Amino acid sequence: MTEAIVEPEVLEPIIARYNGDPGNLLQILIEAQNALDWLSPGTQGFIAKSLDIPVTHVAAVVQFYTHLYDTPRGKYRVLFSHNITDRMAGSPTLMAHMLKRLKLKRGVVSDDGLVSVGKTSCTGMCDQGPALLVNNRAITRLTLRRIDEICDLIRARAPLANWPAHYFRVEDNIERADMLLGSAYAPGEALRAAIACGPTGMMAEMKRSNLRGRGGAGFTTAVKWEACRDAPGDERYIVCNADEGEPGTFKDRVLLQSFAERVFEGMAIAGYCTGARKGLIYLRGEYTYLRAPLEAKLSDFRRNRLLGMGICGVPGFDFDIAIHLGAGAYVCGEETALIESLEGKPGRPRIRPPFPVTCGYKNQPTVVNNVETLCKVTEVAIHGGLAYAGTGTRQSAGTKIISVSGDVERPGLYEYPFGVRVSQVLEDAGAYDAIAVQISGAAGQCLTPQEFGRRIAFEDVPTSGSFMVFGNNRDLFEAALNYAHFFEHESCGFCTPCRVGTALIARILEKIHSGHGARYEFNELNRLHQLISTSSHCGLGTTATNALHDIMTKFPTVFDRRLIRRDFEPGFDLDAALARAREVAGRDDANAHLDAHLGEGVDA
Amino acid sequence: MTDIPNTFNLDGERIHFEPGETILQAALKAGHFIPHLCANPEFTPHGSCKLCLVVVNNRSGSACVMKALPGLEVQSDTPDLNHRRRTLLQMLFVEGNHFCPGCEKSGNCKLQALAYDLEMFNDHFTHFFQPREVDASHPDFFLDRNRCINCELCVRASREVDGKNVFGIAGRSLEAHIVVNSPTGLLGDSTFAKTDRAAEVCPVGALLPKEVGFRKPIGARLYDSAPISQTPTAVKEEV
Repeated sequence: MTEAIVEPEVLEPIIARYNGDPGNLLQILIEAQNALDWLSPGTQGFIAKSLDIPVTHVAAVVQFYTHLYDTPRGKYRVLFSHNITDRMAGSPTLMAHMLKRLKLKRGVVSDDGLVSVGKTSCTGMCDQGPALLVNNRAITRLTLRRIDEICDLIRARAPLANWPAHYFRVEDNIERADMLLGSAYAPGEALRAAIACGPTGMMAEMKRSNLRGRGGAGFTTAVKWEACRDAPGDERYIVCNADEGEPGTFKDRVLLQSFAERVFEGMAIAGYCTGARKGLIYLRGEYTYLRAPLEAKLSDFRRNRLLGMGICGVPGFDFDIAIHLGAGAYVCGEETALIESLEGKPGRPRIRPPFPVTCGYKNQPTVVNNVETLCKVTEVAIHGGLAYAGTGTRQSAGTKIISVSGDVERPGLYEYPFGVRVSQVLEDAGAYDAIAVQISGAAGQCLTPQEFGRRIAFEDVPTSGSFMVFGNNRDLFEAALNYAHFFEHESCGFCTPCRVGTALIARILEKIHSGHGARYEFNELNRLHQLISTSSHCGLGTTATNALHDIMTKFPTVFDRRLIRRDFEPGFDLDAALARAREVAGRDDANAHLDAHLGEGVDA
Repeated sequence: MTDIPNTFNLDGERIHFEPGETILQAALKAGHFIPHLCANPEFTPHGSCKLCLVVVNNRSGSACVMKALPGLEVQSDTPDLNHRRRTLLQMLFVEGNHFCPGCEKSGNCKLQALAYDLEMFNDHFTHFFQPREVDASHPDFFLDRNRCINCELCVRASREVDGKNVFGIAGRSLEAHIVVNSPTGLLGDSTFAKTDRAAEVCPVGALLPKEVGFRKPIGARLYDSAPISQTPTAVKEEV
C-alpha cells in the first residue's frame, strides 16, 4: 500500500516533463518503469487518469512492448539475447548456468523479488556475443566466469552504476571501411555543401545519386523526399528509423555510436529539401545506452548552429531533432508501425495506402529513412550525385555496410561497393567452412555454397545488412526453429494469417524437433508458408517464412533426417503429458518414460 | 477523362461503385457476397481477419480496405482464394475455443456460417486450447473471450458510435485479447450498457446478452435456411 503514496511523487514529474501529452505515452511508461521497476495496475491507472485516456490504451501499450512489465520482474531484469548467433556462441549454456547459480526458473522472479532471468530477441551485439541485457543495459562477450561475477553483483545488490565499466563496453569492430566508414569528414561539411546547392539543387543531386534506402526495401530516397515535399500538410517530419531489430544486424548501432553526426546532418538535409522542421530518431530500446551520448552530440550540433533556428546562418532553415525510445518490438522497424509507436501507441502497422510520405506522423507528410541511408545523404551532399552514382552497380549505387556474424574468424562491419560477391565477404571475414549464409536476417534468404558467387545488390541479393554465417558443424534446423520462435513472439497479433500462422509454424517445428514429425508436417509447413507469405497485413508476415522455405527447399537433408518414415504421427505426446506426474513423483529415470527415443527439450 | 465509368470487374461481372467506396462495399451493395468477418461498413475498415482477401491485378489484398477504382480486375470466388479463406477460418477455430453445439450464437454466428459456406469440414490444425477469461460481471451481458476472434468490431462501435471506449485490444501474437476500460478490468464496472451499439455488433458469441437464451429456436435462425452468401437479409442489413 506504500505504492499508492509513493507513486504520484515519482510519476507526476515524469508526466509533466512530457507535457501530459498522450502522444508521449510510451516514453512516459518507459521512464515510469525505470523508476518503479514495473508498471502496476495502480501506476497504469494513475497515468491513464493524468493523461485523460482510457486505461485500456495504457494496457495495450504496456502489453505490446516486451520490455514493459505489468507484473514484477525484480530489481535486476536479465534478458539473454536469443538470436541464433548468440545461441551458436553458447548463450543457452550460459543462461542455464545463471539460472542454476541463482536457483531460478526462466521467467520467474526470485522469492526475494530481486532478480528474474529470461530471453529476448536479437540485441544487436552479434559480433561480440553472447550478450544479455540487464535493465536494458547490454553486456557483451559473456563467459561462464562473467556470469558468475554478474550473479555475485546481483546477490550483493550492487547498483548497475557500480558494475565494472568494461562489461558494458561495445566495440565498433570495423573490419573493412570504404566510402562511409573510411573517409575523413568534418561536421557541418555536408550541410554547407547542401546549402550551396539550395533545396532544389540538393534534391536534384539526390535524384542523380540514385540513392536507395538501406533498410532492405530499397526505395529510391529522392522519390520519397519529393513526395513528402509535394504533399499537402501543416508540418512535415523526418524520421530516422533506428529500430535495428533484424536479427544479425548491428551496423546502425555502430553508425549511431561513432558516426552520429552524419546521421544528424542527413536528417537536417532531408529537412532542408522537404521543408520539414522536425526530426525524430526512433531508437530501439536495446540501444538505450546510446541515448545520452546522442543527446550530448545533439547539443554540440545546436551550439555550432548545425541544428536549431537558422542553421549555418541561413534564415528560415530551422530544423531540430528529438529522440524517442522503443521498448522491444521488432515490428516497429516497419515504417507505419514505427510511426504508431512514435505516437505513443502499440506498434501495429497501418493500412497502406495512405503512405507515410503523405500521411505519416500525426497524419502529416513524413519521410522515414534508415540510419545508414541518412549517412549516405552526407556523401551525396559532399561529393555530388554523379560521383555517388559512380560506385556500386547500375541499380545499386554506392557502398553497403554488412554486419557479419556467426562462424567467422573476424565478425564485425564490412563496407563494400554494391555488387560484392558473397564469397568475397566470406573470405575477408575468415569463414572457411560455411555451409550456409543467412542474408538480411530472419526475414531474408538462406544461401547455399552454390550461391556464394551471387552479388550483394538490389538486382541480385538485397540485404538490410545482416550476414549470418553457418559453419559445417551447424544444424540449420536449429536456425529454422529459432526464426519460427522469433516470428511467433514478434507478430503484432493484428491479422489472422500472421498471428495464428506463425504460432502454428512454431508448433509444427517443435513437433519435428521432438522426433514426431513426418512428411505430413513438412507439407503443412509448405502450405502455411504459401498462405502467410501472400495473405498477411504487413512485411513481417509476408517475410516470416522466407528463411524456413529456403531451408526446406535448398537444404533437403536438414528436414529429411529429422522426419520419421511413417505418413503421420499424432501430435499428442503421451510421454510428454506424463511430465507433471513425473515431477510430482520426483523421478525422471528411464523407466518413468514411455518412449526411449524421446527428443530433447526444445528450449535450452 | 471524365467519361471513365465507375465500374470494376468482380469475377467477370461488372460492378458499379460510388467514388470513395471500398471493393467490399460496392460488391455487397451490388448483391455480390465476399466473405468477411471484421468488416462492417458502419465503422472504420480494419482489414485484420483477412477473410475478404481478393486478388486485384495479381496482388492479394483485403477488399474491405482497398478502394474501388475504375477498371480493376478483382478475383474473389476462386478455388485458390476460397481455399485460403478456409484455412484462415480453421486458424480462427483452433486459436479460440469454439463449441458450436453449446453456443447460444449458433445459427446467427458469422464465423460458423462462413465455415459452412466455405465447406470447412474440420479444424485441421492442432487446437491451441488457450485459457481465456470469461467475464460475467455485467448484469446484462457476458464477455466470453473463448469465442473472440479479435475483429475489434466492439472496440470500434464503442469508440465511434457510443463514444465510450469500453473495449480495447492488448497483447501481441496469440496473447492479443479484449480488455475492458474499467478500474477492475471487469465489464460490470465499465460504462457498457445493453443499449450500446457495441452490444449488437459481435459477429461471434463473445458478447452475448443474458437471460434471453434460445428465444429464437435452432432452425429458425439467420443462417439456418440458406448459406450466408445467399442470405439477403444479412447482406442488406450491412449496406
